Parts: sequence; structure tokens; C-alpha cells
Amino acid sequence: MVQQNPVDNIIELRNVFKTYDGKHAVKNASLTIKRGEFVTLLGPSGCGKTTTLRMIAGFEMPTSGKIIFNGKDITDVPPHLRPVNTVFQKYALFPHLNVFNNIAFGLKLKVIPNGTKVNRKGETVQVFRKYTKAEIKEKVDNALKMVDLEDYGHRNVSSLSGGQQQRVAIARALVNEPEVLLLDEPLGALDLKMRKDMQLELMDMHKRLGITFIYVTHDQEEALTMSDKIVVMRMGEIQQIASPEKVYDEPANAFVADFIGESTILSGTMIEDFKVEFCDTVFECVDKGFKPNEPIDVIIRPEDLKIYPADDPGSIVKATVQSSVFKGDHYQITLIANDNELVAHDTATYSVGETVGLYIKPFDLHIMHKTRIINEIATYITGENLVEICGADFECVTDLPVGTPVTVKVDFDDVEITDDADDGTIAATVLSSIYKGSYYQAILTTDDHYNFFADTDDDWLKGDRVGIKIAPEKILIEQRDESQKEAEHTVVDETLTQAEREAIAKEMLIEPEKFDSEAELIAEFEAKEAPVLQNSTDEEGAE
Amino acid sequence: MKESIRKKFRLTKKAFSVPYILFLLLFVVVPLVLILVNAFLDSDNNLTFENFKTFFTSSSSLIVLGNSLLVGVITTVICLLIGYPVAYILSKMSSGKILVLLYVLPMFINFLIRTLATKAIFIAMGVELGMGTVLFGMVYNYLPFMIMPLHTTISSIDKSYIEAAQDLGADRATVFLKTTLPLSVSGIMSGITMVFIPTISTYAISQLLSNGKIFLFGDSIQLSFEQGLYGVGSIMSLVMLAFVLISNLIMNKFNKNGDAVRRSLW
Repeated sequence: MVQQNPVDNIIELRNVFKTYDGKHAVKNASLTIKRGEFVTLLGPSGCGKTTTLRMIAGFEMPTSGKIIFNGKDITDVPPHLRPVNTVFQKYALFPHLNVFNNIAFGLKLKVIPNGTKVNRKGETVQVFRKYTKAEIKEKVDNALKMVDLEDYGHRNVSSLSGGQQQRVAIARALVNEPEVLLLDEPLGALDLKMRKDMQLELMDMHKRLGITFIYVTHDQEEALTMSDKIVVMRMGEIQQIASPEKVYDEPANAFVADFIGESTILSGTMIEDFKVEFCDTVFECVDKGFKPNEPIDVIIRPEDLKIYPADDPGSIVKATVQSSVFKGDHYQITLIANDNELVAHDTATYSVGETVGLYIKPFDLHIMHKTRIINEIATYITGENLVEICGADFECVTDLPVGTPVTVKVDFDDVEITDDADDGTIAATVLSSIYKGSYYQAILTTDDHYNFFADTDDDWLKGDRVGIKIAPEKILIEQRDESQKEAEHTVVDETLTQAEREAIAKEMLIEPEKFDSEAELIAEFEAKEAPVLQNSTDEEGAE
Repeated sequence: MKESIRKKFRLTKKAFSVPYILFLLLFVVVPLVLILVNAFLDSDNNLTFENFKTFFTSSSSLIVLGNSLLVGVITTVICLLIGYPVAYILSKMSSGKILVLLYVLPMFINFLIRTLATKAIFIAMGVELGMGTVLFGMVYNYLPFMIMPLHTTISSIDKSYIEAAQDLGADRATVFLKTTLPLSVSGIMSGITMVFIPTISTYAISQLLSNGKIFLFGDSIQLSFEQGLYGVGSIMSLVMLAFVLISNLIMNKFNKNGDAVRRSLW
């Protein structure tokens, strides 16, 4: 398995897209994986992580983009010719073969170089042979030993426990000595204790074998524990590629922060360089380069929030203890500071109602650009005091004539969410709901794929159908110059320079036009359920 | 008084099986017993083993039995050879289920009518009736019984097995030989059972499609009873029953080895 290859990156994804029925399951994924790395693709279900893995394995063909393996383009190479092996989510052990034959499956098919000979034309040609029975037996026995299943060779796979089947699946993949091992949520079906054990074993195997592991999981703890590098994905897009420490300490955006570990996300204002205001208090921080008074999001990890006595001079803001819950090795303490809810972890407990002081090291404050500060839609006046928003006419207050191109702005606070989709002027699906200390910021996708940001007091359930209402006087209408053609639905903050806008776009949590509804989720889900074998076999999916 | 009656006739789950049990007793068990009794009776209702002797010493009846088995085997093999690819292709198609229905649709018409129609077509085409036409009729009649279980089994094979095989280096042909085929053994076995057992016992098809030239076991049983030879007819029926049981046993044994996909239609 020792590679004397000059190419350092074993796998490279270049602008890979995967589209099902016009919906992107994977959007513009670019990724390089170094030889010997343990890379985890992490994200909630439907984020495109499994599709990405399946494209590397060859079961799915990218709609566009390239997959490079060892410097060679393998985008069109069928799975059986790729030097990768997969550990499947549900193991996929062949039920008609026993443990030994399951593991030997790949070896029996493999041809290995067996010296050279000179053919009739006088050319030297490589001779290939298959493994002998003895060789296969030795390799399988070694593989069984590696996964601690020495005496299980003759056993029927259906007689094994989940954990044992898992080990057989790993042995079956590793016995072929792949350059890259792909693992698709391999521990998903195991119980917690077993999962922890297998995590350690997999890490140990990775170290011993020195091959590249690409691991797919939705479990952030698993990802943080095992990986050298984490690729956080959401809605088919890569959000952040970084080491576990960096993903945890410096999440690229609110989604990553919310998904990885616990955290408090608050809205604040960047007063000037190194000074940020939130909870009605000015804190020192280490960030700079923001516009003066730019609205930002602040992320605070619970273990970074220090609780001091109320009168301690070191404390920055006073807070009231709202609850304290014992969590085994720490207490989880919920605090209210100037109407904002914060969560802290502390080894000591505090009584409910107690006033304490809070301190956060400047370095521990993570400040991020806001994705958006106002909902902005380019549209037209459609009638007297009527404006079209996402396919429906909203009442508004305006004296502009019918047909005038306008930009509509709606503050997050002014988007009213109704429980029943029929009660709203338009219907939408809840995409996410993130707690921001004193309110929830919900993102709602309308049926024409515009994302409304709404600040509400309630936590809305992801995937719920809701209605959107906006009070007529809250719809701000500005006449729009048609000649400056902007893409519809684009959010542009005029106060920012072009460079800053690009920087935001880069870090942006959500890009409105690209952010498609849950149809994508469904597409990905279906792809998972009824995998279509496309490249090597041309077989069509049954259903 | 009413109470006790009600208690006696409480409607339990068992009560629903009563009509079926009665039916079985009347139309399966009783006839079987009658056959068994008849096999040991001569025309004057005396106990005898003569019937066995008549059957097992007559070369003509043994030849008919051999012919029947041969026709059964050939029909089954042809059905499998045609049915497997059809079922395989249909299971890969999104509209496969509807197409399977189309394959099964001819069964909605009475088989005698279909067979007579086939005969008429053969005669119109000038095809000489004989072994070929009999086999054609058999395959035509029993092919759906092969396709149905095969289609169910093949389409229920988890795609991940195929992906796993590809992943381990198997090309298309190897994937088929090493995963799809072994995993569809149970369907093959159901199909064979569904075709072989009816073909060895069938009659009428052979008579009609060979103009009475080819005589199969089913036909000779029918003839025996028609001629009033209840004893010999019963023996033949028992022999047939023995063959059905034996083939069933063999199939079950095979099936146990490949019991991965047991969810077949039958």
C-alpha cells in the first residue's frame, strides 16, 4: 500500500454538480483530499454528502465537473475499475455467501501482475494471474484477524450481530487493499457503546494502514472525534472545509456553528475594529475589517462563557440564571443577559434567579457577517396599492402606477408567519430556525424558491408548511431603475463595497437563488433509496 | 340458556377456518382416500394388488410416464430460458409491473379456448401437429407462472448488493453471475415448481395440439377412468402424486440453500 506517487492529492473534486430532475443534490463541490487523510463529509440528511461519496465510488455520475484520482480523471470510470472500496450503510453483505466468501469476493476477481514475458512479436508484456486459493485464504484470514473475527469464516452472515456484520463489511473492503476506503455512515445502525468502540477501532485501522478514509456521517461528534479534515455540507453545498478544531472554533457561518456543537448565536453590531456590541453591552473582540456599525452575528460556545460573581470587576455583563441542569461532567446553565438568552457550561452550579457576571475572552467571540439584513425583492406594482411578491399580490401603500419596477424591502421583524399556510398571503416551507438569544430567525422558502428571513418569537418546525403575511405599511417600496438590470431575488446590500460583497457571498450561509426547496431533499432521498446504477451498467432504476 | 349457546358459538378466529376445513375434507381428503381405496380394489370390489402389477408391468404406461416427465422437463427448461431474461429485463424497467400484467393477461381466458385457438392457428398455418406443437402449447400456457415469481424475486433484490459487487471489482457479467443469479434462486425454484408440476399432470393440451398422437400421463389417467378402470387410474394418480411430492421436496431442499430472498409471490 506504500505509494511512490508524486501526486500528493489522491482525490480531487472539481466543480462537481449532481442534479436530479433539475434539482441540485450537489452544487459546485470542489474538494481536495490528501493521501492518507481521514476526511469526513458531515451534514444533516439530504445535504448531498452521500451523493458526493457515491460519485467518488462511481455509483453516480456527476452532472458536470470532474473527479480526479491520483492526477487521473476518473469521472467516467465505472465503479469496478476504481481503486476504491466502500463500506455500505447497511453493510450489503451478500446473504448467499458465508463470511469467508463475502470477504474473498473481491480477491477472487482481482488480477495481479505476475512478471513479464516476451510475446511472439518480441514485445515484453505484463502477465497477469489470479490469486491462488492459498493466497486468498491467507489474506482473508488476516482480514478476519484484523477485525477480531478469526473463527467466523464459516458463519452465515445473517447469523452475525450488527457489530459483527459491520466488521465483516470493513474486512471485505480492506482486504482488497484499496487506496481509498469510502465509508457511508457505517456506524449508523450500531448502538452508542458499540459505535464508540468502532470509532476508535476505525481510527486505529486508519493509522495502521495509512490509506485514505472518506467517511460520511451526520453525527458531528463522530466527525470531530475521528477526522483530520471535516467537510461540512448543507443543501448540496460545501459550507466549510477545515480541521475539526477549526470547524469547531471558527465556524464559517451560522449554519456550521449551529450544526457543530452547542452554541449561542446572537445578533449584534460591530461598532469599530475590535469592538462589538450585543446584549446591549460592548465587548472586546479580535475581529476587524467590518464596516462601522455593521450588523453581525456573534457565536459563543457554552464552554467559553465564564460565570463570575456579580460584583467581580472582571465581568462584562450581568445576567440572571434561568436554569441549571446537571450533565454529568458539567452543569448547563441558561442565563438571561439584557433579554438575550445565553448558554454556559460550568463545573459549579448556580441557583435559579441568581445574578451573576459574565466574561468572554475576546478571542472566544466569533463574529460573522450577517447573511442578509433585510428581505429584498425586485418586482413590479401590479395594481392600486398592490405589489407582486413571490407570485401573489400583497397590499401595500404606494402611489406608483401599475407596472412600475420596484424593489420591495421587508424587515425580518415584519414578516408574519401563520400556522396555517392558507392564512398567509403566500405559502412557504420552513427551511431552518436558529435561536438567536431572544428570538428565532426562521428561513422560509416560498414556492418560487425565494427565501424569506423572518424573526419570530416561536420556534418553527423544519419542513412545516406555513403562511407568510406582511402588513401593508411594513412593505417598503422603492422605485427601481430597470436599466440597471439585476437578477431577480438577489440580495444586494448597497452599503458594502464590491469586495466586501464578494467576501460575504463567499461566506454566505444561503445564496437565495441557489437555495432550492426540500424537493432537493426528496431528490437526494430518492437517490439514496433507489440507487440508479448509471455508468458501468446502464441499468435503470426499477421504480 | 341463550348464554350457553352464545358461549358455544362464540365467533373466534378459528370459526373462520371451518368452511375451508370442510372444503378440504370434502374435496381433497375424501377423494384422496377414495383413490387410495380404489387402488387396492378390483372391478368386483375385492382387495387386490393386481392393479399395481398391471401398471408397473405394462411398458406402454411406463413409456407414457417417461414421456410426460420428459415433456415436463423440456417445458420447464424452455420456460426458464425464456422467462428469466424477460423477468430480469422487466425488473429493470420502471413500467415492469404493468408489462408483467400483460404477460399474465392471457391467463384470464380459459386455457381450453386458448389451446383450441392455438390449434386452429397451427392448422391454418399448415404446421404439422406433433411434439413441437405440444411443447409450444405447454410453454405458452405455463410461461406466466415462471415469469411472475422470477420478476418478484429479481425486483426485490437490494440494489446495494449489486453496488457492493461492482465496488469489489465485478463487471456487469460477474455482477449477474455472482450476485443477481444466486440471489434469485428462490424465484427460479418457485418458477420451476409452478411450471413442472402442472406440466407433468396436464392433459388436453397434448391431446388437442397433437391430434391425439401424443399421449401424456394426464391423458392416460383420464382415459383409465373413462374406461371404468378405476383401479389402474387410481394407481396412476398415486404415482403422479408421488412425483409431485418428490419434486416439491427437491425444490424445497434447493431453496433452503438460497433462502436470501424469500419474498416471492407464491
